[in-house]
Amino acid sequence: MDYNIVWYILVGVLLIGYAILDGFDLGVGILHLRSKGDYNRRIMMNAIGPVWDGNEVWLITAGGALFAAFPNVYATAFSGFYLPFMLLLIALIFRAVSIEFRSKEENPRWRNFWDWGFSLGSIVAALLFGIAIGNVVIGFPIGSDMEYQGNFFDLLNPYSLMAGFFSLSMFALHGGIYLNMKTEGDLQKQIQGWIKVNYWIFVLFYLVFSGFTLYLKPEMIANFSFGQIELPGNKHELVENHQILISVFAWTIVLLNILAIMNIPRMMAKGREGWAFISSGSMIAAIVMLFALGIFPNLMVSNLDPAFNLDIYNAASSGYTLKTMAILAAFGLPFVASYTIIIYWTYRGKVRLDESSY
Amino acid sequence: MTWDVETLSRIQFAFTIMFHYIFPPFSIGLGLLLVIYESLYLITKKKIYEKITRFWIKIFAANFSVGVASGIVMEFEFGTNWSTYSRFVGDIFGSPLAAEGIFAFFLESGFLAILLFGWNRVKPGMHLFATIMVAVGSMLSGFWIVVANSWQQTPVAYEIVVDYGIRRAVITDFWEMVFNPSAMVRFTHVILGAWIQGAFLVLSVSAYYLIKNKYVEFAKKSFAIALGLAAIASLAQPFVGHEHAKIVNEWQPAKLAAFEGLYETQSNAPLYLIGWTDPETRETSGIAIPGMLSFLVHGDFEGEVKGLEEFPEEDWPAVNGVFQSYHLMVALGMLFIAATILSLFLLWKKKLFTPSWSWLIKLYIPAVALPVMANQLGWVSAERGRQPWIVQGLLRTSEGVSKSISAPEVMISLILFVLVYILLFFVWLYVLDREIKHGPDHVATVEAGYKKKSERMDALKPH
Repeated sequence: MDYNIVWYILVGVLLIGYAILDGFDLGVGILHLRSKGDYNRRIMMNAIGPVWDGNEVWLITAGGALFAAFPNVYATAFSGFYLPFMLLLIALIFRAVSIEFRSKEENPRWRNFWDWGFSLGSIVAALLFGIAIGNVVIGFPIGSDMEYQGNFFDLLNPYSLMAGFFSLSMFALHGGIYLNMKTEGDLQKQIQGWIKVNYWIFVLFYLVFSGFTLYLKPEMIANFSFGQIELPGNKHELVENHQILISVFAWTIVLLNILAIMNIPRMMAKGREGWAFISSGSMIAAIVMLFALGIFPNLMVSNLDPAFNLDIYNAASSGYTLKTMAILAAFGLPFVASYTIIIYWTYRGKVRLDESSY
Repeated sequence: MTWDVETLSRIQFAFTIMFHYIFPPFSIGLGLLLVIYESLYLITKKKIYEKITRFWIKIFAANFSVGVASGIVMEFEFGTNWSTYSRFVGDIFGSPLAAEGIFAFFLESGFLAILLFGWNRVKPGMHLFATIMVAVGSMLSGFWIVVANSWQQTPVAYEIVVDYGIRRAVITDFWEMVFNPSAMVRFTHVILGAWIQGAFLVLSVSAYYLIKNKYVEFAKKSFAIALGLAAIASLAQPFVGHEHAKIVNEWQPAKLAAFEGLYETQSNAPLYLIGWTDPETRETSGIAIPGMLSFLVHGDFEGEVKGLEEFPEEDWPAVNGVFQSYHLMVALGMLFIAATILSLFLLWKKKLFTPSWSWLIKLYIPAVALPVMANQLGWVSAERGRQPWIVQGLLRTSEGVSKSISAPEVMISLILFVLVYILLFFVWLYVLDREIKHGPDHVATVEAGYKKKSERMDALKPH
């Protein structure tokens, strides 16, 4: 078995888990300031109250997994992306403590301060995740020594900024669909209004962003082309020999993605709240997979020379570590899935405020 | 000192980890106490234990969230500031970090949801189970992170390879790496330190209520149990420390020599109670027990202990700094033993909560700062004592720093962290102060007790 591919998939699973689960937390944060009145804001915040902390663990574990499995990516990405990354950390800190501290005082100014902390933290984080993905697609100036050669402003190119707005619109939509499941009455009606608008904003960004991607980086569809388009970078037999399988898989994801996106308004119109959420979750999973398939088997693309790309082989840990950690993960992940299911089951249904709520 | 990337990154790492490390020991110590309090509630069915459990959960929550928020930084700072180090150790250091996520963080954060918000949603037994899982999760997290750090102190089960032009250490045996020579003893040392710190928080707040003559029954019960834990952990600590000293002597003799300001290799090496050491003149003065260091390391007063002279000066840590932080930690440890044993004795004699000993109770209020200091000082000794190595004997700290970042960038992030953390620290203190002043009745009066399914609360009306 090729454990490099196993870990590519495992890191992908962790990132998809993060994007779906913390994605709606970020979405709730993005929408938070639009809800008016303390009661509504408490409902919004408590909709994610018991779960946001566990959701963030997906990111932390993805970070640990990246460090363990692909240390060169971990090292190059975070040192290259230094300042935006620090900003992301500060945003995540603010979001976390805002949720905890907001309810500790009745004073409206106190609550308002943490409302802003929660919302701005979420908006900045959602934007930065998109900017990061945008840069992964467009490529970094990575040298032959695997080190990032650019500066802070190279990261803020127009394409990546557009990716930032794309991810902002995606999480706002996803967060709204989650809230639709957790709220009732007037607040829910208001949220349904936001979803309608956000849906079309998202679709617009999706189309424009996809268009620009195809125009600027046609090689992003190399893995969709049944071997017709060549992916620049180091060649690996395992990938070269499975072009058809990869392309069939890729087109399946494209199809699922389109179906998921189209299914959202349908399920919303039918009032199937849970199915609407499953659709938007599937949509996010598919989008993350499409990006991953676009660059596979690379993890970071160098825009100086494709030979300097970091891929799942030259960036990876030793075969022994990959194998041992894969066994540990196979042992641990069923537990993770079971806690997650227990928690979400315990807190199913509409939000009820009680004495332990935020 | 030049303000280069290395210096600034070291300051930033020290600042962010020291700030972070205020919180996890409270979570670990308080987590264990919550398990004890809630078990007592389920066994005795006494309301007072329910009140105790619920109140300390509130305190736990405020502490936990700042711990989590500041912990995210640590997960990524190896990559941002120490990327060359990350490439070197990724194979080894990354693995326990990933294991921490998979085995500890998910467990902890998942069951935290039930611990904090689940009173009206799950049965009492399930709630206790969640409390136990959170406590276990916090200790497991401690285990994996100490494993990772211990490998840097006592590296084993690795080989050095060069892949794609990058020099790195790769694992040859995973479990040998996990149970590296110092891992278990350091883990025990860290957990005991955390129990002391968590227990002292309960002692402090309970002492405050006792002095104010408020919630007296609550405070006495909270205090007595926390005191028991603090005493046991404090007493166990020197034995663990002794085991630890043997390992440091074997694997990091320069560190041990710096701890005691020992320059010349000698038998009958002394142990200082208090002192001052000057690496320029190579002299250490103070109050010492002759032969005690030899005895601690070898069980023999005549045993030979290596002095710093055995190592080139460029491989010395900051001798006096390490000496002082280490000795202050030991002195605080001794103080914890003395204070907790005396208090336990008085409790047994039923004299502790009498007016004549109220001065002692009063001292416990500010005393919570001391275990925080002791835990910080312990880590400072361990980490500064390892310098100039980031991985003992294999990689220097100066070689581990990121190549693609600049000093101004690190300066900006450092200033950001300082500003945000100062704000957080004071807000945290303020929130804790509020919770403490509200007191346990505030928590319990809102809605008491577990409810049967049919009685579970509906939404409180908006006001």
